[in-house]
Amino acid sequence: MSLHDHAPSHAHEEGHGDGHATHHPNYVKIYLILLVLLVISILGPELEIRIVTLVTAFGVACIKAWMVAKNFMHITMAPRYVLYLVATTLVFMLLFFAGTAPDVMKFSGTRWEKTPVAHVQAAPHGDAAHH
Amino acid sequence: MSASARPIATTRSTAGMPTGRLAVWWVIASEIVIFGGLLGSYIMFRLSHDSFAAEAANTNMYVGAFNTWVLLTSSLFAVLGHKAAEEGNGPKAAKMLYLTFGGGLIFLLVKTWEWSEKISHGHTLSSSTFFSFYYTAAGLHALHVIAGMVIMAIVAQTAKRNLELHRVELIGIYWHFVDLVWIFLFPLLYIAK
Amino acid sequence: MATAPVHHETHDDHGHARAGFIRHYFFSTDHKMIAMQYMFTGMAMALIGGFFAYAFRMQLAFPGMDVPGFGVVSANEYNHLITNHGAIMIFWVAMPVLIAAFGNYLIPLMIGCDDMVFPKLNRLSYQIFLLSALILIASFFVPGGGFAGAWTMYPPLSTKPEFGLTPLGATLFVVAVGVEFVAFLLGGINFVTTAMNSRAPGMRMYDIPMVVWMIVIASILFMGSVGPLVAGAVMLIFDQNFGTAFFDPTRGGDPVLWQHLFWFFGHPEVYVVLLPAVGIVAEIITVFSRKKLFAYRTVLYTAFGTGVLSFMVWAHHQFIAGIDPRMANIFTITTLLISIPVAEMLFVYIATLFGGSITFTTPMLWALSFIATFLIGGVTGIFLGASGADIYLHDTYFVLAHFHYTFFPIAIIGTFAGITFWFPKMFGRMMNERLGKIHFWGTVIAFNCIFIPLFVVGVAGEHRRIYDFTNFPELARPALRNLDEFATISLLVMLAFQPIFLFNLFYSMFRGPKAPKNPWNSNTLEWSADSPPPHGNWPELPRVYRGPYEYSVPGREQDYWPQNAPN
Repeated sequence: MSLHDHAPSHAHEEGHGDGHATHHPNYVKIYLILLVLLVISILGPELEIRIVTLVTAFGVACIKAWMVAKNFMHITMAPRYVLYLVATTLVFMLLFFAGTAPDVMKFSGTRWEKTPVAHVQAAPHGDAAHH
Repeated sequence: MSASARPIATTRSTAGMPTGRLAVWWVIASEIVIFGGLLGSYIMFRLSHDSFAAEAANTNMYVGAFNTWVLLTSSLFAVLGHKAAEEGNGPKAAKMLYLTFGGGLIFLLVKTWEWSEKISHGHTLSSSTFFSFYYTAAGLHALHVIAGMVIMAIVAQTAKRNLELHRVELIGIYWHFVDLVWIFLFPLLYIAK
Repeated sequence: MATAPVHHETHDDHGHARAGFIRHYFFSTDHKMIAMQYMFTGMAMALIGGFFAYAFRMQLAFPGMDVPGFGVVSANEYNHLITNHGAIMIFWVAMPVLIAAFGNYLIPLMIGCDDMVFPKLNRLSYQIFLLSALILIASFFVPGGGFAGAWTMYPPLSTKPEFGLTPLGATLFVVAVGVEFVAFLLGGINFVTTAMNSRAPGMRMYDIPMVVWMIVIASILFMGSVGPLVAGAVMLIFDQNFGTAFFDPTRGGDPVLWQHLFWFFGHPEVYVVLLPAVGIVAEIITVFSRKKLFAYRTVLYTAFGTGVLSFMVWAHHQFIAGIDPRMANIFTITTLLISIPVAEMLFVYIATLFGGSITFTTPMLWALSFIATFLIGGVTGIFLGASGADIYLHDTYFVLAHFHYTFFPIAIIGTFAGITFWFPKMFGRMMNERLGKIHFWGTVIAFNCIFIPLFVVGVAGEHRRIYDFTNFPELARPALRNLDEFATISLLVMLAFQPIFLFNLFYSMFRGPKAPKNPWNSNTLEWSADSPPPHGNWPELPRVYRGPYEYSVPGREQDYWPQNAPN
């Protein structure tokens, strides 16, 4: 079929159909920054202050995530809608959390209550037994 | 798919991005909600059950940190492979992908060792809800690592012969996403105690 | 870069007009063939789902009767039948036919390209879907029988065999649903990428036919909402088989978490199947009223708005599940809000009809009946969306009648509309109009006769999922029993009309009069291809010059103006 004879020449465009090559930052430098951040997140809990641990763990994780997305995945160089797409899915997850957490984090209501997770090693009721 | 059989549809890019890269971003978008649902549920449990903190003390932060380092390093190799592919250097890109692959392998080996140690201490999938989440989340992530490694091996095979070099970038983007998930799993499962 | 062709051992049939039979019908990568595979698999599943409905409706109307073709329905079989009827109709009929079949068939043809962007991924998507259907069917025959804990799979019925009585069936059911999601994720990525990237030269955003937009938005909704349920399915399987306690309240888990995970997907899912049907109706109504679609952009923005809102309403399924009453307030408001954009779409269609020159062909009748019946479904939803009224109506036959008044127009009427409209393109022959109309009236009248009585028995207090009403004397009043029997007999009538459609479909496929390229004088691109289109669709891919709904343009000789006509 003549239709498909064009395909190989078109296939050439596949690599960079948007017409410009990716700008490559100094990846090793970014990698080193990421390692420093990793060390910070390990050292954070040593201070044994809850708020510091949370910031060094999750704040640093967010920074690391953005650095990987921006520099390794080149999300800012892709068309803008990619960023919106990813942001939208994150917002949906926040929505899910906001709608679900009030129920799941509630332990009792009218004529019902939930057993907190006991700090034990084995299942108390032998429910694990059936397969 | 052989290049000669690729439909014209695949070669168009009205949305301003090559088809493959666009599709990878859609894959990532749908993966975000999978991990989002699981980790969201975990956070709800974590915040409302005090016993989770005590259980979380059983995880070894240094093992988690080592694995984070392994994945970050493999991500560096993946992006260097992308750069090499863009310069048209297929063999070098393939070499970088093999290094990335090796990173994934080390990650899995460490994970295997870590899990066997946990299980030998009685922390199994059903021993407590914290560990149920621990194995489910890390296991789902490990499945993504394995899938990424398989694809990477295939891509490296063609890249070595300077063929289909655009794929190097695509598997790279996916691999960075797997790395990203771990960046969040690490504080969630190992640090917050 | 990648210019040299790579020789691949499974050289697919691209460009080979006469491949082997098996390869042509089962391993094709052609989007049209994959669409047909999805459509006929969906139809076969619809027959199973319809048969289940027949069996349990007979038991409801005539308790203890020896149902012809099935036998006496035991209580657990009854639960098994209703569970799988629901799951099959939504996951294995509505989804594959409306999204996968029409999406596969229409997207490349309507945006003017030769195939999906990832033909092999497309084929894989169908194969995974087929696998999921086979797993589901296999689950009916395992020890203990198929899953019987309702299609929503609420724990503990789904997690504990001592309640659900289906140890293996429950797991297979969850696995089948999960595998099916993988298939549609692959398909959805393909649809969205194709529609974004492969449009014909000249086709701008607002030149895309509405049905393509709707299928794309539906795919996006699916991809955005299904994730938590995939994670939830994994957790549920672990709860079933490995002794975890994610959803077990006696060990610190939370069964309501499952309900949230499920309905966070489950409610957008309603719009996932609704939007393609709405799109199909848009195409048909414009063609057969010879008018431009009223307010194209408004419909498009409305569809996007509906999609976003659909992520904020899910907990209205759980008003009596013990959720936080403050959240119930919020979800009531969002639920009532979402009726606005949906109502607006229906009004837009009525405005499109206004002043048009309407032809009552079979597809047009289906499209109009979609508007009428979906309207009833939508209006009754308002009662259920308001948390106060829902406390009384929840889990009654009112709910059941409500969602059948939404899903039947979507999955059955929308599908019949689409098939009768695009049949000439799909098979190159015309369907019989007279048989089509007999089938239409028989189906739609009988459908209303089934479900209007069920609204009444629901408000009177009959609950769903009750095996035998004679055990509940206050519900077994003769007035209600008669309505139940009337509904069941109407179902028999409706089922009796379906062979007419099947006959018409298969007879016309081989013996119908040959169809011209553009039998309905329609504008969209697919009608410029041959009927049926060959592999690759056009000898030379078309170019687009205008929007899809330029009907009855003043000053033109013809009352239509194809998108690909230069002037």
